Amino acid sequence: MEYFIIIIAAIFVNNVVLAQFLGICPFLGVSSKVSTSLGMGAAVTFVMAISSIVVYLLQYYVLVPLGIEYMQTIAFILVIAALVQMVEIILKKVSPALYQALGIFLPLITTNCAVLGVAILLVQKEYNLLESFVFSVSTALGFALALVLFAGLRERLELEDVPQAFRGTPIALITAGILAMAFMGFSGLV
Amino acid sequence: MNKLRLIWKGLIKENPTFVLLLGMCPTLGTTTSAMNGMGMGLATMAVLILSNIVISCVKNIIPDKVRIPSFIVIIASFVTVVQLCMQAYVPELYKTLGVFIPLIVVNCIILGRAEAFASKNGPLDSALDGLGIGLGFTLSLTVIGAVREMLGSGAIFGHRFITGDGMLIFVLAPGAFIVLGYLMVLFNKLTAKQRQ
Repeated sequence: MEYFIIIIAAIFVNNVVLAQFLGICPFLGVSSKVSTSLGMGAAVTFVMAISSIVVYLLQYYVLVPLGIEYMQTIAFILVIAALVQMVEIILKKVSPALYQALGIFLPLITTNCAVLGVAILLVQKEYNLLESFVFSVSTALGFALALVLFAGLRERLELEDVPQAFRGTPIALITAGILAMAFMGFSGLV
Repeated sequence: MNKLRLIWKGLIKENPTFVLLLGMCPTLGTTTSAMNGMGMGLATMAVLILSNIVISCVKNIIPDKVRIPSFIVIIASFVTVVQLCMQAYVPELYKTLGVFIPLIVVNCIILGRAEAFASKNGPLDSALDGLGIGLGFTLSLTVIGAVREMLGSGAIFGHRFITGDGMLIFVLAPGAFIVLGYLMVLFNKLTAKQRQ
C-alpha cells in the first residue's frame, strides 16, 4: 500500500514536470513529436532507475560513514555523469537495438535536472533502497507521461494558426500551463 | 565603454530567460514571489561570476578532452559554497528554494557561459560577462516573481496592496507556465518593434 501511494503521488499528484518543475529543458526541447518523446521518456526511466540505486549506495555507504554529506552535490553530479556515459557504452555493446533507439537521448540526460533532482529528493525524504527505486521509476514514468501528452498537444498545435508573437515557446508554455491545471485535478488523490 | 556593453548585452539582447531560453527549471520553480525569484537569481549570479573567473584562469591548464567534467567540478564546488552560505545566513530563503539550490549545478546558463565565454576570454571580461548574464537572469526572475505575486496574492515584495485573496492559481504550478508564456509574448512584441 505504501508503495502504491508513492507511485500514484510521483506520477500524478507531484508530477515531476508539471508540479515540481524539474526537467523542463527536455520537456520543451524534445516534445515536438510523440515518437521522440517516447524515446526520451524511456531513456530517462532507464537512467533514473539505475541512478537511484547507485546514489542510495553512495549516500549511505560512502558519504555518511565518512561524514562528508556536504560533498553531496559534487559527488552526485559526477556519479550521474559517469553513469550516463557508462550506460551508453554498455548499451552499445550489449544491446545495439536498444542503443539505436535511446542513443541520441542519453548524452542529453546528464544535464537533465530531473535526474539530479530526484537523487537529492530521495535522500531528503529518507527513503530506503526499495522505496528509492520505486520513487525514481514512478517519477520517470510521470516525466514520460507528461512528455508524451505534451508532444501530442504540440503536434496538433503545429497545424493551428497561432499569432506571430505567440509562435514557438510562448504558446507551448501556455499549453503546458493548461496541462498543469488539468493535473491539479489529481491533487486530492493521495 | 566596451566593458559596459558586455554587461548590457546580458540584460536585454542575450537575456538568458527570454531570448536564450536557458535555465527554465529554476525560472518556473522558484518564482512564487518577487523575493524568491530575486534570491534564486542572485545565488545563480554568484556561482556564475565565481565559476567564470576560475574557469578563465585555469583554461590553459585543463586538457581539452576533460574540459566539460572539470568545468562541472568547478561549478559544483561553488554551488556547494553558496549552498552552505545560504544555509547559514538566510535559512528561510534556503528552505523555500529547497532542491533548486543544489540544482544550480545543472543550470545550462552556467555551463553554457563557461564553454562559450570564460574558456576563451580573460578573467576580468569573464567576470563582467557573468555579472551581465547574472543580472539578466535575476531581472527576469524578479519580474516573473513580481507578476505572479501581484496576481496571486495581491502583494509585491511582501507588501500587500489589496485586501482579500488574489488569484491563487498564479502562485501554483500552472501560473508559472502561463505567466512566463505571456511575458515572453510581451518581450517578443517589444523587441520586434526595436528590431524594425
